[in-house]
Amino acid sequence: MLTRRALIASALAAPAAAQVDLGFGDNPLRSTTRAFPQKGEMILQRSTPPLLETPISVFDAHDFTPNDRFFVRWHYPFPTEIDPARHRLRVDGHVGKPLSLSLAALARLPRVALAAVNQCAGNGRGMFAPRVPGAQWSNGAMGNALWEGVRLKDVLALAGVNAGAVAVRCGGLDAPLVEAAPDFAKSLPIDQALSDDVLIAWGMNGAPLPLLNGFPLRLVVPGWYSTYWVKMLDHIEVLAKPDEGFWMAKAYRAPANALADIAPGAPAGPVQPVSAMRPRALVTNIVDGAKLPPRGLTPIQGVALGGDQGVKAVELSADSGASWLPAQLGPDHGRYSFRRFRGALALAPGKHVILARATNAAGVTQPLVQNWNPSGYNRAGVDPVRVEIG
Amino acid sequence: MRLALTLAALILVAAAPPTKRLSVTLPDGEGLLPERYGVSADAANSNCLACHSAAMITAQPRLTRVQWGETIAKMRNVYGAPIDPADDKAILDWLVAD
Ligand code: HEC
Repeated sequence: MLTRRALIASALAAPAAAQVDLGFGDNPLRSTTRAFPQKGEMILQRSTPPLLETPISVFDAHDFTPNDRFFVRWHYPFPTEIDPARHRLRVDGHVGKPLSLSLAALARLPRVALAAVNQCAGNGRGMFAPRVPGAQWSNGAMGNALWEGVRLKDVLALAGVNAGAVAVRCGGLDAPLVEAAPDFAKSLPIDQALSDDVLIAWGMNGAPLPLLNGFPLRLVVPGWYSTYWVKMLDHIEVLAKPDEGFWMAKAYRAPANALADIAPGAPAGPVQPVSAMRPRALVTNIVDGAKLPPRGLTPIQGVALGGDQGVKAVELSADSGASWLPAQLGPDHGRYSFRRFRGALALAPGKHVILARATNAAGVTQPLVQNWNPSGYNRAGVDPVRVEIG
Repeated sequence: MRLALTLAALILVAAAPPTKRLSVTLPDGEGLLPERYGVSADAANSNCLACHSAAMITAQPRLTRVQWGETIAKMRNVYGAPIDPADDKAILDWLVAD
């Protein structure tokens, strides 16, 4: 039995850290934390460098994920004090005129605002079966925001991209502790870098970027995984040869097929850099394993993303996919945004498995079977939600 | 409706870049790795917490000794961790002792 003294002692030792169960078969418990600057309650995956996950309930309440609940993912240490007036973005490499741009100089270019989902390539890694090492995210390593800034292509035009450019490498202020470790930099193929939608953003949902989300500037690559959305962006280098750096040539690579899928234990085949996201729907109002009271129709709602296309449809099923019911889609904030959905299923008392699947404007539908790869990238299948009614 | 209005307003006034200095304080890490079933965490504590806090390790699912061996090799070869090979056995003994 717990005595009052033991209770007080344990309260002193562990100051009221609430725990969440992420539902993984093994090692599912995480603390929540409010200890991070400019952040509200987040799921603590790692303090240093921070890995903070957004609770699914946040997606249930917002089209645009609030900045103080937006997930955080750093590989290396980064400065904790930044003076935007002194920040410079260097643009060099295979260009006519190397530049060093202040934020004020950037702001003279045409300004753009665009809604887009930012999702970690490892989102959902914790649910991989069999499990794989890496950040053990549930589905909260993503968020949707209205990003504001200027187009990367306008910045590149100022510098003048030389003929023969193949890629644009972007780096930020984060740096490894150990010199031998590879600096974090990511490259976009030149066509992608010159497309209309890639931004250099300073604004997020009408406010400056939180420091943990990349203050004062970050790359926004709509439709592509977050690994390209370089934070605290300070260097853009146009390359005349493919990027051989570790973070392009060795890391963030997945099996070279549409679903980045390979059988566990199969010999590694060809791999390619993770890039475009896949359509996904996520139920946000019912937790897996929930017990719900019986009612005629059980409301189901959630968020969907179309990957690199708009969301065309979300459908619901409670009979393992034998029949599907269309959900109603919420406001359309553009091709790259979250689209909320809402529907209802007639669920009799007993156990059920709810499925929600998204189809994007290119006609790509989310598969019912999960894909798998040894690094835990590109999770794309439907996440079943088990419920018990009654 | 309210959301649509807010959105439209934002697009019209696309905010200017920030000018104010931002300075934040980050919380400490999770502290040291604990002893597990009598197996000392000393070797893991002295080799594994320089670049990331303990949760990078404690949040992992149960991995095999081979998988953990690959992780140690990756830390050493890719991220430049100065892990003394003589410590590998003690680190592995602790990693699989959960
Ligand atoms: C020299 C710095 C350094 C040291 C020392 C170090 N690590 Fe790491 N470790 C890293 C980096 C960098 C990453 C990747 C970080 C990220 O993805 O956020 C990482 C990632 C990991 C991961 C996630 C899986 C993966 O493959 O990325 C595990 C598990 C891990 N480290 C365990 C360990 C263990 C166990 C030790 C001690 C034997 C250790 N680390 C020592 C730098 C280090």
